[in-house]
Amino acid sequence: MIADHLPALQVVLPLVAATVCAMVDRRHVAYVIALLTSFAMPLIAVALLIQVLDQGVISYAMGGWEPPIGIEYRIDVANAFVLVILSLVAALIMPYAARSVAAEIPENKQAWFYCMYLLCLSGLLGITITGDAFNAFVFLEISSLATYVLIAMGADRRALLAAFQYLVMGTIGATFYVVGVGLLYTMTGTLNFADIAARLQELDIETSRPVLAALAFITVGIGLKVAMFPLHAWLPNAYAGAPSVATAFLAATATKVAVYLLLRYFYTIFGFDVVFVQHPVAQVLLILAVAGMFAGSLIAIFQDNIKRMLAWSSVAQIGYILLGVSLINHTALTGGIVHLFNHALIKGALFFAVGGFALMAGTVRISQLAGIGRTMPVTMAAFVLAGLSLIGVPGTVGFVSKWYLVLGAFEAGMWWVGFLILITSLLAVVYLGRVVEVAFFRDPEGGAAKAIEPPLSMLAPTWILVAACIVFGIDAELTAGTAMQAASVLIEGLR
Amino acid sequence: MNVDALIILALIIPFCGAALIPLAHGAPNVRETITLVTATGLFATVMLLLREVMAGARPSYSVIEVTPGLEIAFAIEPLGMLFAAIASTLWIVTSVYSIGYMRGNNEPRQTSYYVWFAIALGAATGIAFSGNLFTLFLFYEILSVSTYPLVAHKGNEEAKRGARVYLMMLIGASLVLFLPAIVWTFVVAGTLDFTPGGILEGNIGPIATGFLLALFAFGIGKAAVMPLHYWLPTAMVAPTPVSALLHAVAVVKAGVFTVTKVIFYIFGIDFLSETGANEWLVILSSIGLLAASLVALNKDNLKARLAYSTVSQLAYVVLGAALASSLAVVGAGLHIAMHAAGKITLFFCAGAIYTASKKTEVSQLDGIGWRMPFTMAAFFIGALCVIGVPPLGGVWSKWHLMAGAYEAGYAPVVAVLMISTLLNIAYLLPPVIRAFLMPPTDGYKGGLKEAPLASVGALSLTAVFCLLLFFYADAIRGLLAEMLVY
Repeated sequence: MIADHLPALQVVLPLVAATVCAMVDRRHVAYVIALLTSFAMPLIAVALLIQVLDQGVISYAMGGWEPPIGIEYRIDVANAFVLVILSLVAALIMPYAARSVAAEIPENKQAWFYCMYLLCLSGLLGITITGDAFNAFVFLEISSLATYVLIAMGADRRALLAAFQYLVMGTIGATFYVVGVGLLYTMTGTLNFADIAARLQELDIETSRPVLAALAFITVGIGLKVAMFPLHAWLPNAYAGAPSVATAFLAATATKVAVYLLLRYFYTIFGFDVVFVQHPVAQVLLILAVAGMFAGSLIAIFQDNIKRMLAWSSVAQIGYILLGVSLINHTALTGGIVHLFNHALIKGALFFAVGGFALMAGTVRISQLAGIGRTMPVTMAAFVLAGLSLIGVPGTVGFVSKWYLVLGAFEAGMWWVGFLILITSLLAVVYLGRVVEVAFFRDPEGGAAKAIEPPLSMLAPTWILVAACIVFGIDAELTAGTAMQAASVLIEGLR
Repeated sequence: MNVDALIILALIIPFCGAALIPLAHGAPNVRETITLVTATGLFATVMLLLREVMAGARPSYSVIEVTPGLEIAFAIEPLGMLFAAIASTLWIVTSVYSIGYMRGNNEPRQTSYYVWFAIALGAATGIAFSGNLFTLFLFYEILSVSTYPLVAHKGNEEAKRGARVYLMMLIGASLVLFLPAIVWTFVVAGTLDFTPGGILEGNIGPIATGFLLALFAFGIGKAAVMPLHYWLPTAMVAPTPVSALLHAVAVVKAGVFTVTKVIFYIFGIDFLSETGANEWLVILSSIGLLAASLVALNKDNLKARLAYSTVSQLAYVVLGAALASSLAVVGAGLHIAMHAAGKITLFFCAGAIYTASKKTEVSQLDGIGWRMPFTMAAFFIGALCVIGVPPLGGVWSKWHLMAGAYEAGYAPVVAVLMISTLLNIAYLLPPVIRAFLMPPTDGYKGGLKEAPLASVGALSLTAVFCLLLFFYADAIRGLLAEMLVY
């Protein structure tokens, strides 16, 4: 039965499709392949989520090799939720990509772009679905390598530098991760997540330094991929330099997957007690999260390039997600997890709108977008609504995230953290307000004066995301409910 | 028709209007007709609801539960009914006035102006009818966002700056203070529903109650409690009908309404007066009330003077709520109505003076009364209403506030209210005195030179409201008194 092999298909399909794209090397064919593959992804992911909600954890033995010897794909509510996020973004981004990629990437490289996109997607899905520490590393590398190429395809020559910077830092991160995995393997003799967790139970962690070292290495390694402050330096350049489609895709997905992997290690493998009770990981994380929230939001205020501004905003948003982890209660963790989804919607919508400006007005600089609200009102309206969502105005997904986070902070007895969250929301009003003012209260000039609305293939995905921002802000049962279950699964661990 | 469905109808009408207005972009007459029809539709729906509420019904409607504990739900109680009635009545008048003003001054971007106006009214209706704090907060933020383009309407640097201050202070206070207050309330009380008698009693200590009250009082920035009043005078850059919206129809009224509603339905006046957590707010609003009056005294710009007058009058309402006695709460509710009628008249007059003669300063008004007799007569009536002189509505709210202060044992507050009345006279009557008693300075020869008919008609009508409110205040008092029975 094909239904039994859905976990494998989720990863293998884009992987094979990427290879085919590279071999045919025809941009139109490659696009159709990427489009169809991307459309298939949410079907599989949603089917998996339904199955998990229905029957509990799915364990899939890759190639029939039973775990813990073989590679296990293990799906519970937490990663099924992340799979849905990833695949939905992928399905929305491909219709959008056609025009934007055609305009921003040289013809002879477009097939490669789609190939790299599919590889990246496959890698991210793989990290999410796998239940094996080393397999996660392999997928981490697949997605990272593809990401370096995607970034380097940016039209600006600075994109090359950004890609190289990310290559160096990403490689350091991956090395840290694999060193950590190596230490774990030495101590437990296994690479299977569930198996490592079980054997760590038997060890006296306090006296086994290698396990603690592994925790440190893995936290830093994944932290780099998460762009956890102060390991975020690669992110703004990468997002600003990459082609619009790649930026939107990475902003909505890549860091989310890394956060998921971090959660998996903290909760499932090392366990709540080791990480949060016996060692001050939460306290460190809390400080870094708050620092990221403030640094990201403050620096965003001073950016002229909208993509860079939104990239800094992402650093802040990752801070919120990590804050949800660091407050170590169920409500806050729900907030963090639901923000994975909500932020993907919000940032996706914002970067989609910015991609529209890049294509039609030829610029993403705030100073050159004067009057764009009058020449491209539909796109700008999408930007404003997504922006309100980012601020966390009630009736949008941003509010749902913040509600859980602030509530979690109060429940944890750290009400002042709640205030800090909301003060940074205010900073979001400032940096988004600048764009709105320029767009609506100045007369159109330059490229912005001649701009017209982008084609429907770009507007429709943008507005689907914006609509989702509002629909899931008014009825959060599905998203927050699933996040709540995922939080329960994580806190209870694999046992 | 089902009464509960009327709530939804009242909420949908303004938003439908907002959706329809852009379709008539090229045809101003059709566009203005849509605005007027929408406003009338809302008014009629609200009046139907008012009839039911007067008869003792308490319609409610639950839309959806966003996440556990956060519900979008509506429930009508007397205070909200009163606010909705005020807002919907004044929207019609303001729309008529807007047509005269916007056309008379050839303002740009009129279509978007009417759209945002309609959305703002929809938000105000939502605030009035909200059944819990979350729903109120939702519409409160919609109101902040939808009025931002109205304040920035002129599009010049000053307007942009004013709008920036406006948005940052209102959204800022609401996010950083109001929202934490809501979360805190939820954490301690486990619910956000507006419940007669409050939901906090027994859940929170007296000191914490004081802090929570502070978060609400300052977080609800629209109430312009000093020192968070700064946005209100800054927002004076907006076109006059927008000022009327801000000062009389929706925005600041939504603020003081929210404060009153929170004190009455979240804290509960009995609980609040027992803990004494309200004392600081009584003192602060008394100081604010006098300070704002003193500032108004020194403003030569007519609209700025009126703006500080509003800050002072809002402090009356907050004071009434903070006194936490039954008479004072009725006084607060009454003052929302009375000040709305008086202040909208004054602003309409200020706008009419600007439209007809481009004069903005009090010192320029010498002798203008003979040129604009209707406008200045209406100004006189509005001023007397705000001051609180019979036979105008304003007298009743001051009466109740003073009686409420006695009831609550705050005798000095009565003195504060009296001094403030004198100050009101000192800053509101000079424009009238100059207009009628001083000789004109700009070579005026005689003859009428009034603003467009739509504007003069509107301001005459609101002046009549001031008068009518004196005679029909008991109906409002009776409605509000039903709040106290639980």
